[in-house]
Amino acid sequence: MATAELGMGERLPQARVACTASRGGLLARHGVALKEGVRDGVPIAIGYLVVSFSLGIAAHKAGLNAVEGFFASLLNNASAGEFAGFSVIGAGGSLVEMAAVMLVANARYLLMSCSMAQRFEPGTPLVHRVLVGYDLTDELFGIAIARPGYADPYYSYGAMAVALPGWAVGGALGVVAGDVLPQIVVSALSVALYGMFLAIIIPPARQNRVVAALVLASFAARWSFTLLPLVSALSDGTRTIILTVALSALAAALFPVDERDGVQEPAGEKDEGASPAAGSRAQGTPADCGVSLDAA
Amino acid sequence: MRPNVVAYLAVMSAVTLGTRILPLTLIRKPIENRFLRSFLYYVPYVTLAVMTFPAILQATDTPVAGAAALVVGVAAAWLGASLPQVAAGCCVVTFVLELLV
Repeated sequence: MATAELGMGERLPQARVACTASRGGLLARHGVALKEGVRDGVPIAIGYLVVSFSLGIAAHKAGLNAVEGFFASLLNNASAGEFAGFSVIGAGGSLVEMAAVMLVANARYLLMSCSMAQRFEPGTPLVHRVLVGYDLTDELFGIAIARPGYADPYYSYGAMAVALPGWAVGGALGVVAGDVLPQIVVSALSVALYGMFLAIIIPPARQNRVVAALVLASFAARWSFTLLPLVSALSDGTRTIILTVALSALAAALFPVDERDGVQEPAGEKDEGASPAAGSRAQGTPADCGVSLDAA
Repeated sequence: MRPNVVAYLAVMSAVTLGTRILPLTLIRKPIENRFLRSFLYYVPYVTLAVMTFPAILQATDTPVAGAAALVVGVAAAWLGASLPQVAAGCCVVTFVLELLV
């Protein structure tokens, strides 16, 4: 209840002045949000420990040590992104390839970040935007966006304070585990991440035939890329980039997503005049992206 | 940390943080373009799918175990198992099969 009042209060300019008054005032104003952030961050942190542990196994496979795994985890907090990045390192890819692969694997954060930007009170200082953006994972975005009113950065800080160590420590532990556990256990653990990926893409595929077809097409295309001449000579990361851009663009052209819940309409069914209006209406609500689907 | 790894991690992290921070600080406006929105909506599914198959077959010591993990993972996720359950199921199937093979 206090949170809702806080959210409302922040709309008033005089409240914003009070916010900067003193350290005590700051805690008085944001202490509740901070505490709630910690509370909501604990289950996320436990999940992160496990996901990041699996990523650590992948990092170990790519030849990273525990310190490198720790920093990779701390600075990325992104399952698909880290996994793609470790693949590039393992294959000895170029830095340009690394940048392109990371951009593709993390493209959805562009949407989330845009969406989050609309939830900040206008005039929120840059430092809050940078810090909240730093750990704008799928889950932390999800819980922050679910709160009423303007986003309180301190709520995000509370959640980050527990989630971030969970992710970073998990990554380092995974690398260590890759070193010390018997090979048969490491082999079994190395499929955990693929299992997580399946857990993310299969349920929406069940709900949505376009996503289902897209997943199948992705499997088939990626398989054919390992067999066909020319493309089979490309590096793993480059193939991921080409297929992701090509297939997503094709799906976007044929089955544009109209609303936040990802309902598709056949292309061309809607007249052009109506589309921009519908689009801007959808964008008026901040939680409109339908992107909180990955385990960070 | 080794210099080449530092370079990799620097690029990796810079791009990740860029995708999260730059729109929040610079754009501050919704993405209007319907094609771009749809494209960004589909991207995660395709990326995760192409990274999963056929890579899962090569992740395990024996490809059969990877294939079994794929089947179990898809089935479990389809039937509504949670993310940890799906991941654990894949691990257990792989472990048992590699123990037997």
